[in-house]
Amino acid sequence: MITAERKPFDEIYAMTEGHDKVLVAGCDTCVAVCLTGGEKEAEILAAELRIKAKQDGRDVQIEHTAAIRQCEWEYLDAIAAKVEEHPLVLSLACGIGIQSMAEKFAPRLVMPAVNTNMLGMPQEHAVWLERCGACGECVIGDTAGICPVVRCSKSLMNGPCGGSHDGKCEVTTPEKEDIDCAWALIWDRLKAQGREELMLVNRPPKDWSKSSSGGPRKMVREEAKPV
Amino acid sequence: MADEPTTAAAAPADAAGTAAQAPPTPAELPANEGFEPEIIVFACHYCAYAAADLAGSMRLQYPSNIRMIKLPCTGKLEVIHLLRALEAGADGVYAAGCLEGECHYLKGNLWAKKRVGYVKKLLEEIGVDPGRVEMYNMSSAMGPQFAETAREFTARIRGLGPNPVRPRDGFTAHEVVVKQMGDLALPDDSASDTPPGS
Amino acid sequence: MSATQYKAGSNLEKILSEGKFAVTGECGPPKSADGTVIEEKAKILKGFVDAVNITDNQTAVVRVCSMASGIQAQQNGLEAIMQMTCRDRNRLAMQADILGASVLGIKNILCLTGDHMSFGNHPEAKGVHDLDAINLIKMYKDMRDEKKLQCGDEMDVAPALYIGCAENPFGDPFEFRALRLKKKVEAGADFMQTQCIFNIPKFKKWMEEVRAIGLHKEIKILAGLTPLKGVGAAKYMKNFVPGMDVPQEIVDRMASVEKGPPAQAEGKKLAVEMIKEIAEIEGVAGVHLMAVEWEIAVPEIVEMAGLLPRPAVA
Repeated sequence: MITAERKPFDEIYAMTEGHDKVLVAGCDTCVAVCLTGGEKEAEILAAELRIKAKQDGRDVQIEHTAAIRQCEWEYLDAIAAKVEEHPLVLSLACGIGIQSMAEKFAPRLVMPAVNTNMLGMPQEHAVWLERCGACGECVIGDTAGICPVVRCSKSLMNGPCGGSHDGKCEVTTPEKEDIDCAWALIWDRLKAQGREELMLVNRPPKDWSKSSSGGPRKMVREEAKPV
Repeated sequence: MADEPTTAAAAPADAAGTAAQAPPTPAELPANEGFEPEIIVFACHYCAYAAADLAGSMRLQYPSNIRMIKLPCTGKLEVIHLLRALEAGADGVYAAGCLEGECHYLKGNLWAKKRVGYVKKLLEEIGVDPGRVEMYNMSSAMGPQFAETAREFTARIRGLGPNPVRPRDGFTAHEVVVKQMGDLALPDDSASDTPPGS
Repeated sequence: MSATQYKAGSNLEKILSEGKFAVTGECGPPKSADGTVIEEKAKILKGFVDAVNITDNQTAVVRVCSMASGIQAQQNGLEAIMQMTCRDRNRLAMQADILGASVLGIKNILCLTGDHMSFGNHPEAKGVHDLDAINLIKMYKDMRDEKKLQCGDEMDVAPALYIGCAENPFGDPFEFRALRLKKKVEAGADFMQTQCIFNIPKFKKWMEEVRAIGLHKEIKILAGLTPLKGVGAAKYMKNFVPGMDVPQEIVDRMASVEKGPPAQAEGKKLAVEMIKEIAEIEGVAGVHLMAVEWEIAVPEIVEMAGLLPRPAVA
């Protein structure tokens, strides 16, 4: 799923400067699951903003709402009336949902209240790890189901590099936590699968033109298009 | 038989909107005599099934290889139904619906045409001749066209040979497909009680 | 030997081809547009090493690029081993740069993955990593031997390259390290340098595995060594440099000596002992002395290790 993290409060609050009617819009799909931007979180943010605004002596009307999925226009119909009452919308959806809202309600101001960060997996409750690089040409069949594009810090096709130590990557997270070396994981699992020979294949350079490096992507399902 | 309108035997466009190549005429295919293909026809209640009934009443000859399944509309036909028919062992499958623009449910036959086109693409990917599935259009008055279509398609499939997917023992695919269709198919209540082809 | 038997005909290649024990050094270019630094270092190392590595934004810290410094070194009579990392350039730049380097006389090229941006002074930079080191080795090999660019386009004049790689005998997973070298050999590497070795027993074990699959006959292996200036350097290597294995005995040995000149002398002594021990290991074709920011120690170490004079080849 797509995960996102709420922007720092001050950054969001600054967006409300000069506005007296603001709508906080949540999304009840991915960002709700990662506890960042569902209806519950939208209500909380709206309350936070009201409390801060009151302390600043500002007369701001801040409401909240949520769509089932902000990225699909059919679901925005249900919140359209409320959106149209507010000149500024702070969206807690992922970048896709925010852009979808910005497009549907253009030229109304729809601002991001979150930083969309990754295609991640919940490893355990409340912990998400990046898993997929959306590179457009999946190779994990050869790497024991582990993505070398986004789980290896250097996107190596023939890893590990010399910095792999004790199964950990030479890079640590900004919080100074260890990152598992993806290629150490790949090696271990290939061994468990009895497919070590895949580790010895000299994999060719990746075709990055299939990733976003090649330009924004588009997918069309001709057979599903209406007649 | 009077003039055969091109509609019944016309090559349908594939899902991407470009015209498919016309399938080989019966004369161009090997005779494969001795091989009796099982052909499943998904016919719509309003037009094609009525045309089949008419053909029967008119005592028109068409091959006994044809096994009918009646649908309220060919728009009910899903991609998976066509694939399941082939998996069940049918050597050829076609959808027969109303003439374009005359579908009782307005666009059902257009959806069927699109899905047949898509299945043809899938069949190419998996190494099965796309000629084994087809879409035909006819009105309820076109008894002779129903019979002609049945003859032409049967000859085509005879030329293609048995279904490579699953060898059959006798004509068993129809029964399997009817069971799989379940409630989607309407009861087979042909007005003519004479088996076709006799 | 005639020139046509060589891949590039560099000094390093000739010495290694003749089975002589090679000595390479290392130079870090300056962090500014200071044209004097490489000149100075070349003066120090000339005659004591067969070729010198010119690092390429090592540890992701910006310095004069390896190509420019390499050319400068060669202009000052010291053969360069240019370095190329996958972190900073895509395949277009890596091909363009090697063609430029080749045109200007550079023959040795070391293909590296590159330390991650987060280690250096520009952690916000976007890491390129279009290719990895193995892709890079193969790409350069095909440019040289097939006269083709990576996309398949044919070239009129192929670059004459002697292709090197690095390997870390102490990286993990340990049992895969010799196999990873095999991949680089298959990709086309001619010579390799190891990360600096402090744990000689572990290095000997790695060499056993390398010899077991016959790699020492397919690629020239140079063992990397870094002379320690003092216990501070030892501790820094142990704790802050990725992939380093510094046994505690070495840290203790350096700690047991008074800081300053006595520690430096001990460091040089230790380096010489290690060179002598490593030179005895079957399959080791030379030593790579990484006396970073201590280039002046190299002449003495090379002499004490009995490696002078450096061979002169035709």
